[in-house]
Amino acid sequence: MITATPRKDLLLMGIFTFAVLTMPIWLAPIGASYPDLLQRFAIFGIFAIGFNILFGLTGYLSFGHAAFLGVGSYTAVWSFKLLSMSVVPAVIFGVITSGLFAVVIGYISLRRSGIYFSILTLAFAQMSYNLAYSVLTPITNGETGLQLSLNDPRTLDSLVGVAATDGIPPTNFFGIEMSGYSGFYFCAILMIIGFYISMRIFRSPFGMMLRAVKSNSNRMSYTGLNMRPYTLTAFVISGMYAGLAGSLMAVTDPLAGAERMQWTASGEVVLMTILGGVGTLIGPVIGAGVIKYFENIFSAINENVLHGIFNFLPDFLEDGVVAILSLFVGEGWHLTLGMLFMLIVVFLPGGIVEGFSRIYARFRNKNNSTDGKADPIGSAKVQPGE
Amino acid sequence: MGILEVRDVNKSFGGLKALNKVELDVEEGSVHAIIGPNGAGKSTFLNCLVGLLIPDSGSVNFDGNSLLGIKPHEINQAGVSRVFQTPEIFSDLSLLDNVVIPTLASRDGAFKLNGWKRADQDSEIIGRAEHMLEDVGLIDKRNMHAGSLSRGDKRRLELAMCLVQNPKLLLLDEPTAGMSRADTNNTIDLLKRIGERGITKVIIEHDMHVVFSLADKVSVMAQGTVIAEGTPEGIKGDPRVQEAYLGGAHL
Repeated sequence: MITATPRKDLLLMGIFTFAVLTMPIWLAPIGASYPDLLQRFAIFGIFAIGFNILFGLTGYLSFGHAAFLGVGSYTAVWSFKLLSMSVVPAVIFGVITSGLFAVVIGYISLRRSGIYFSILTLAFAQMSYNLAYSVLTPITNGETGLQLSLNDPRTLDSLVGVAATDGIPPTNFFGIEMSGYSGFYFCAILMIIGFYISMRIFRSPFGMMLRAVKSNSNRMSYTGLNMRPYTLTAFVISGMYAGLAGSLMAVTDPLAGAERMQWTASGEVVLMTILGGVGTLIGPVIGAGVIKYFENIFSAINENVLHGIFNFLPDFLEDGVVAILSLFVGEGWHLTLGMLFMLIVVFLPGGIVEGFSRIYARFRNKNNSTDGKADPIGSAKVQPGE
Repeated sequence: MGILEVRDVNKSFGGLKALNKVELDVEEGSVHAIIGPNGAGKSTFLNCLVGLLIPDSGSVNFDGNSLLGIKPHEINQAGVSRVFQTPEIFSDLSLLDNVVIPTLASRDGAFKLNGWKRADQDSEIIGRAEHMLEDVGLIDKRNMHAGSLSRGDKRRLELAMCLVQNPKLLLLDEPTAGMSRADTNNTIDLLKRIGERGITKVIIEHDMHVVFSLADKVSVMAQGTVIAEGTPEGIKGDPRVQEAYLGGAHL
């Protein structure tokens, strides 16, 4: 087992920070370096990091985390409308409000575990979605979604004398417009902070207790530990991460709609976490990246593009290849993603990160084979992400 | 006065009377064995002590306080630890973490929000846990996953997890069941060594060899009630015990 030491963690943190900040450069060759997609990588990375604190450590599978995403978004848009176009209050209020929601939903849902917990969270999220769509129209603006308008009060902005003269002002961070690359870097820095917090939790006694919940909750109570406050804290923390992600969605594109709360969005973050590696530090970020990449790149490929790629083939072959491949791209990108997901779950239950650590272990074994001495548990037990 | 006083405890499952007016006094610092044939209610009784089951009536007092109606983690925090018939350990975690968790629980209480400290830099906790693992002879395996241990090692690990908390009362549910003779003897030695720390122990056991080498006092249960109580020697000769438990055969 590779044991995590403060030095190794510092190294991991350094590599992670560097990799995230240079994303616009190294993602360029695969066509993923445009700001809109980069922002989404960072936002969903945050969402998945937070989700993993709950699901990865305690094993409680929430199917309702999109509710917190939606709450974060609505709160942020309201903050833009009522207070200021500055993103600082929007993000802070988004995180706080979704945290409060998480306290209520978590308090009730965590009375049950396993499938019943999942169903309870799903029910809460669908309730929130339907409320946002119908009853709460004055707050959420129903089907149209909550948007900014010219005659919003923006009290703080008007106090300091920023008036909307021509059109709705853009969201900003102390004057820096939150669109394009600056929007990405704002989200990216928050993701790096979020990753660091998650790492501290993973290494802390608190994180150890969360793992104990997952491993054997019976033994935990007979060891004198009260499980409920541990799981509730984890639930609220992950809800706040989701709220942060939701408010960042509104930061980069200031509108909020009910569909953000739908169960498909809750399911997506589950997929991201499992695809990348449940319970690993880096896995959820990778999973989020892969899914968002597929969603944006594969869905953009259409038959014309495929014909362009395969026009070196004889016509009858070209038509055949394009006919088959077009099932997997464009509208059919879900098919590709689904197959990838199945392959990973069947062959690499620990997700993409497990794949990496297997390759690493093989590499290391080759180097060590001259010593003729393997460690007692073997490198197969390499803890992913550590 | 005993550290554990059980008075008139009853428990029924549907029509089955599992415990019938159970009375027990355990003296501080002693090793009290409970023996009896299968289905006598021994495990049910132990479950009533740790909050897993709630008796229908009666009282259970530990160190002057009632254990009834309080949650398992509160019972543990009051100083009662339990070793289960099938070892309850954290299988996905390393041996060291398995012992660190109870150590933290006994120092920091039932809940502490310390998400910013590093668990592996807490030298006091790590030191105590490693010392404990050394005591039970598992220190060489400290980084192994607990799930990959042999059954005997799992039991020793569970024992370490209980002992590291320095409980006032240790409940052991058949600590040597399914062990080889050599493992059984190792466990007896280990339990004898713990005896030197003055921890009160209640042991449920089938193996007479274990009972007679450890116990100061023996209670015999049959059909949900205590039918006899005394020193191991006294129990051996009691005709009621031979009737109920040994089926008339001589020891």
